[in-house]
Amino acid sequence: MNLTPEFEKKLDETITHYPVSKRSAALPLLHLWQEEHGFISDEAVEFIATKLEVQPIHILELVTFYPMFRRAPIGKHHVKVCRTLSCALGGSHAIHEFLKKLTAADGDKFTVEFVECLANCGSGPTLMVNDDLYSNVNTEEQAQAVLNKYS
Amino acid sequence: MFKHIDETGYTNDLACYLKHGGYAELKKALTLEPQFIKDEVKKSQLRGRGGAGFGCGVKWGFIDAKKTTKPIYLICNADESEPGTFKDRQIIHQDPHQLIEGMIISCFANSVHLAYIYIRGEFPEGARILERAISEAKARNFLGKNILGTGYDLEIYVHRGAGAYICGEETGLIESIEGKRPYPRIKPPYFPAVLGLYQCPTIVNNVETLCNVKHIVSMGGEAYAKIGRPNNTGTRLIGVSGDVKKPGYYEFECGALTLGELIYDVCGGIRNDNKLKAVIPGGSSSKVLRADGRFKLKDKEIGLNDIPMDFDSFAAIGTMSGSGGVIVMDDTRDLVACLANLSEFYAHESCGQCTPCREGSQWMKKILRRMTGGDARATDPALLKSVADNIAGRTVCAFGEACAWPVQSFLAAFRDEFEAKAK
Repeated sequence: MNLTPEFEKKLDETITHYPVSKRSAALPLLHLWQEEHGFISDEAVEFIATKLEVQPIHILELVTFYPMFRRAPIGKHHVKVCRTLSCALGGSHAIHEFLKKLTAADGDKFTVEFVECLANCGSGPTLMVNDDLYSNVNTEEQAQAVLNKYS
Repeated sequence: MFKHIDETGYTNDLACYLKHGGYAELKKALTLEPQFIKDEVKKSQLRGRGGAGFGCGVKWGFIDAKKTTKPIYLICNADESEPGTFKDRQIIHQDPHQLIEGMIISCFANSVHLAYIYIRGEFPEGARILERAISEAKARNFLGKNILGTGYDLEIYVHRGAGAYICGEETGLIESIEGKRPYPRIKPPYFPAVLGLYQCPTIVNNVETLCNVKHIVSMGGEAYAKIGRPNNTGTRLIGVSGDVKKPGYYEFECGALTLGELIYDVCGGIRNDNKLKAVIPGGSSSKVLRADGRFKLKDKEIGLNDIPMDFDSFAAIGTMSGSGGVIVMDDTRDLVACLANLSEFYAHESCGQCTPCREGSQWMKKILRRMTGGDARATDPALLKSVADNIAGRTVCAFGEACAWPVQSFLAAFRDEFEAKAK
């Protein structure tokens, strides 16, 4: 496990946000880890648990509960399509199906998933690629154009 | 609230905020007695904007800094996840300093020295914007040690969630900040005002609610209470989505317009000039209204178009104005499918702590899946109702109601559609 000094510094700085209880830094540390390494390995669970002075199960139970954390690597670009009602009324399910088919052969590059409401209901269908939000993705052409930005 | 939202040239940095008079209310507030600010908020009759509509002054009134030896914490609930709701996103992205200023004032009023903004994990950009706003405010000493030379200290940190809807429930949110699974706590005894974050008195307020505090300080509680209607004061941020021509976010005086005016005048009517069929008035958990329904207010019976957009009117007709997320469905929609969509959401988001909700939400999803998939059984509508009836009121938190109400209300309002599918 090779951690850069900058990364470790960032973890330590984040822990200072929680002067009452180190354990509170669990979620932020998991986020930082996943942003840096792509997913939460067993090693990560052990490392964060040691850092926060809790048992590994206290970290693992978070990884298995919170939908945003994953235990295995995914494609380079994470494409999230909003599944919930307002976006569904706008046609997000067809967009999801289209993107799934489009990227089926390109799993290393794209992982397409449904997610629950992204709080962008007035401008659906909504997509998120990594941290970027795309509104009003109504047609297959528009969805294709979004993906092209990451090709 | 939305004064500067979408204004050309208005940016979300501190310089722009200051140019528009930003942090003037903070400077004013710091010269006032904390109790005076609390009294003003009480006089304003401000009600919480997160969904429940609980009186903000009342909530703050549970906390007495003089009587407790424990530290008091404040948490801004920015876990905006209720389907149909997208108002807080606009404030966070476009006017973050308005929230920070409202928060600092609220913390000062309640003798809070450590506060968190719990922002949902799906708002990475929002989290970065807030972090930048906090560091800008710190650089100008609006935050940090000895704020503007008054001797008052306050730190605010941004805490990101990780995709769990239940973290919007205030005690689940507190568990989450403590680094645990966000299982809501049982109340009593775990009222946040008594045993909140780290078992200390804690205030949890929605983004919009905290922004309102700034305006109450600016105009005074009594003047604020004149906006809107008695017990429904101030403005509301409403997000309209679904089958209207102009979906979007709007701000109105509470009760100043009716649901019909909102849909037809503000939002341009139903898309493709279809007919209105159903409206979910306050986020997906609120009970659905039938377009041709008749609704009983205290003194009269009215149609859907005449329902005033305020807290009490929606409560009187048995639903709620909730989080201000209005979802409109037109007559081309299969409402069994719409409900099936929502029940997938609740089944995914149940935290699993209480058996009725954990099992019941899955049952409802399964039944609705087979109903939309053409495999409905004749007994399904009755079974669905029975499952929903046995969740509501039998769980630790209000999620039980939140997942049962859509099922109960869709079934009651559109029984014919469910029966037709079940034949």
